[in-house]
Amino acid sequence: MKARIKAISYYLPKKVVTNKDLIKEFPEWTVEKITSKIGIEERRIAAKNETAGDMAESAAHKLFEEYNINPQNIDFIILCTQSPDYHLPPTSCLLQHKLGLTEKCGALDIDLGCSGYVYGLSLCKGLISANIATNILFLTAESYNKYIHSKDKGNRSIFGDAATATLISTEGSCKIGEFVLGTDGSRYNQLIVESGGARIPDKKNDFGRDSGDYIKSADYLYMSGPDIFNFTLDTVPPLVTEVLEKNNTDKEEISLYVFHQANKFILSTIRKICKINKDKFYINMTKTGNTVSCSIPIALKNAIDEKKITSGSSVLITGFGVGLSWGGTILKF
Amino acid sequence: MTNMNLEEFVKAFAAQLEDTDPSEITKETNFRELDEWDSLTALIIIAFVKTTFDKSIKGQEIDTCFSVEELYNLIESK
Repeated sequence: MKARIKAISYYLPKKVVTNKDLIKEFPEWTVEKITSKIGIEERRIAAKNETAGDMAESAAHKLFEEYNINPQNIDFIILCTQSPDYHLPPTSCLLQHKLGLTEKCGALDIDLGCSGYVYGLSLCKGLISANIATNILFLTAESYNKYIHSKDKGNRSIFGDAATATLISTEGSCKIGEFVLGTDGSRYNQLIVESGGARIPDKKNDFGRDSGDYIKSADYLYMSGPDIFNFTLDTVPPLVTEVLEKNNTDKEEISLYVFHQANKFILSTIRKICKINKDKFYINMTKTGNTVSCSIPIALKNAIDEKKITSGSSVLITGFGVGLSWGGTILKF
Repeated sequence: MTNMNLEEFVKAFAAQLEDTDPSEITKETNFRELDEWDSLTALIIIAFVKTTFDKSIKGQEIDTCFSVEELYNLIESK
């Protein structure tokens, strides 16, 4: 059985934070710098009592309405999030109930960030190929802003909250190709929220800066900018080559490259190193920011609506980030 | 890969900066003390070194350089 993407929808929370809003808090930052270098004009923030699970539920409803999908036909639900409602049970189990799916459904959460959509698709492909499921509701939802310190201007400029819903099925127009995946756990601490888990259960209430002047606290999101930047420059170009090889195709056959929308600057640099033409390289995060595991499906949906992806398009996607983790595949529309 | 001498490097480095006049940048300039130097500028320099010389330099390594010449030597040593 071949796994196909049948439908994609996304949900953005109501609250908008513009660059102008950020400048008020951080006057040394300029609107131009954020917009031109990072490629972001505004980002959405989940409401105080709106969890990633809530946003995932909203995205699923949008999917059902937009594509006239009967929830009773879903036989598996996967939620990719790093902000589950509870330590346990998995939020996907709650969503099985809230979305009115049958009890015959499998449900599980996956704990991944920017590589999460690619990994989720690989699981869906496996479930379908092994006849374990036929209609999979794959949700991604992230509310990183709840992890970010109010004084962290860098991360507050970059990250936006969102949720997406994708239906993967045995029928549909978009074939899911072969995967290349990778992990480097030695660099786990370069993108991390340290406290609140089993290793460091209590808040440390520490606040400082690292040598690069990045805000560092065990209780909040920490990202070592230069380390993550170097990681993407070293990892993504070889990943693109491997994905092409594994799918028995070459650069020229690809209609569009849709990478995790980290920020415009990183993407432009990767594009130059990979020697990909601007017109084949999708960059659009002006209204959403970096939405972590949501960024690829949001970009795909936008590209489809903008007719940059049409029937016959071959789209190479890569996700890379927290873990450190990476993966890529080709989607044939 | 580009073979650049120090003078050419100083010019190329200065071209990466947006707010500072290139004439203000010399091989002795302690670039991390410039007004415009921030975390984003550091990433711009990392990208510049990668795309121009195909070499990786780390944030911590940039922190050991107190002049444009020292940065040039760092890149040459790789």
